[in-house]
Amino acid sequence: MKAMDAGTLTEPREGLHARPHIEVEVQQQSERQLPSRDVVFSIRDLSVYYGGFKAVRNVSLDIFQNQITALIGPSGCGKTTMIRCLNRMNDLIENARVDGEVLYHGVNLYDKRVDAVEVRRRIGMVFQRPNPFPKSIYDNITFGPKIAGFKGNMDELVEQSLQKAALWDEVKDRLKESAWSLSGGQQQRLCIARCVAVQPDVILMDEPCSALDPIATARVEDLMQDLKSEYSIVIVTHNMQQAARVSEMTAFFTAEVQEDQDRRTGVLVEYDKTEQIFTNPSDERTENYVTGRFG
Amino acid sequence: MTSGAIDIGALQGSPQRRRRESLILRAFQLAAALSVLISAGIVFSLLGEAIVFLSNVDLSQLFAGGWYPRRGEFGIATIVTGTMVVTLVGMVVAAPLGLAAAVYLSEYAKPRVRRTVKPILEILAGIPSVVIGFFALTWISPEVIQRFFNDASAFNMAAAGLGVGILVTPLVASVAEDALRSVPQALREASVGMGARKRTTTLQIVLPAAVSGIVAAFIIGMSRAIGETMVVAIAAGGTGGSAFTVDPTGPGQTMTAAMTALAVGSDQVRGTDGTFQSLFFVGLLLFFITLTLNILSERFVRRVRQKY
Repeated sequence: MKAMDAGTLTEPREGLHARPHIEVEVQQQSERQLPSRDVVFSIRDLSVYYGGFKAVRNVSLDIFQNQITALIGPSGCGKTTMIRCLNRMNDLIENARVDGEVLYHGVNLYDKRVDAVEVRRRIGMVFQRPNPFPKSIYDNITFGPKIAGFKGNMDELVEQSLQKAALWDEVKDRLKESAWSLSGGQQQRLCIARCVAVQPDVILMDEPCSALDPIATARVEDLMQDLKSEYSIVIVTHNMQQAARVSEMTAFFTAEVQEDQDRRTGVLVEYDKTEQIFTNPSDERTENYVTGRFG
Repeated sequence: MTSGAIDIGALQGSPQRRRRESLILRAFQLAAALSVLISAGIVFSLLGEAIVFLSNVDLSQLFAGGWYPRRGEFGIATIVTGTMVVTLVGMVVAAPLGLAAAVYLSEYAKPRVRRTVKPILEILAGIPSVVIGFFALTWISPEVIQRFFNDASAFNMAAAGLGVGILVTPLVASVAEDALRSVPQALREASVGMGARKRTTTLQIVLPAAVSGIVAAFIIGMSRAIGETMVVAIAAGGTGGSAFTVDPTGPGQTMTAAMTALAVGSDQVRGTDGTFQSLFFVGLLLFFITLTLNILSERFVRRVRQKY
């Protein structure tokens, strides 16, 4: 499905909530600074609650196709919560609740008719710590395609996926060995290959390098550059240099103290081209953060 | 303090405290040693009497067609088979039921449900087996077994086996649930993140990852079923002895029930030579069977621990 551009997204859909005014601001902003790119996700006034606690408040932003979008910010600012909303992984968390909309190519992922399983087949995820299955390297790759009913040549798909994740040369002679025999960096690339194997549209990466050494990190970052021609990538990272190195767009989040609560709620401070965020941010809080004066 | 100007006395500490420490150490060592010694003592007494039994009895009697200790027929095969039949019936009930309960509790139940059900399950495991035995005899046997098998006798191994199964299910469920819960959440997330449904995740990721713990749960359940006495003594019949049989609808004798029968009432123990000692022989056999099973399950559990 061809993505619509941000301007057409206001068209009301069946069963959707009334649209808050904040969205208009974001659209104006994106029209001004980010002309005519295909939008994958259009997040509209999204708030996430864990029980009575509001983890993220009123976030609106557009995520573009075939680009790397970085979510940065201090601990507890809701980056991980945000990214897990994009493929409904928050469904797994007891008492998590979402307000607002996540439009994926124009369709609200939180519409009652949407099956989260279908969402996750299109929007894959790579996690903070490498989490290969306790199966062979080969079976790790084939798990996703098999459950999705893939009928083609499995060997070919395994090779392709591992090639894309720049892991094929290292493992081609040991495909039957346990994935847990690989090093941490290899495991993470295997997880990326596994994700790629289901031929998703978007890959979400939640601090994919936080458990890796610098060399493995560099390889994963190179890999992301190779992958973005085919996929849209959203990455959560603690590491500002990483966001600056890999991403085109950066969203800066921070944690705000709420008046009525003792815990802090994540808010989106600024969303712009990465270059802009790091060289000429428009919000003081962003500037303090990226220059290392805070967080 | 200046460097180098220190002698051994300065670092020795108070001799009184050191003496007290060593005393405490001794006390704990003694407590640990005592439990080992008692176990060893049990094995030795079993071994001694078992040897007396083996040297007194005509060894061909060990392969007699039945277990009638007072007549001098010690057909070991009869009671070993009886144990196997009862254990098998018990595990046919306990393995699927226990595993299903474990999967429900670990994968599907809401935390609140789990918090209430798990303790109840563990209380269930503590029901005195004599109660279950009585239940097996007075309800399972007439209402279940005799209903499906018209010619089943009132005392039958199937009823005893079902009773044992009920008794063992909570144990299997509890151990298997621990195994399932020890599967890292990251694996479930990985699977769900690939677009796997709950069922797929449970069957293809969580269960295989927990397989050694689940096998351990089965083995522990089996070893408990083999050792179970009261249920079979009450419901399986064959109090005085039994002919060799593999028919679960008929009465039979298990190793534990045979021992009970021998030990209860002095008139039962008297008989031909070696009747009393046969009790020790059977006990020794039982001891080795359950020991082997426990070592096996220990192995499996350890394999789980190493993996994560």
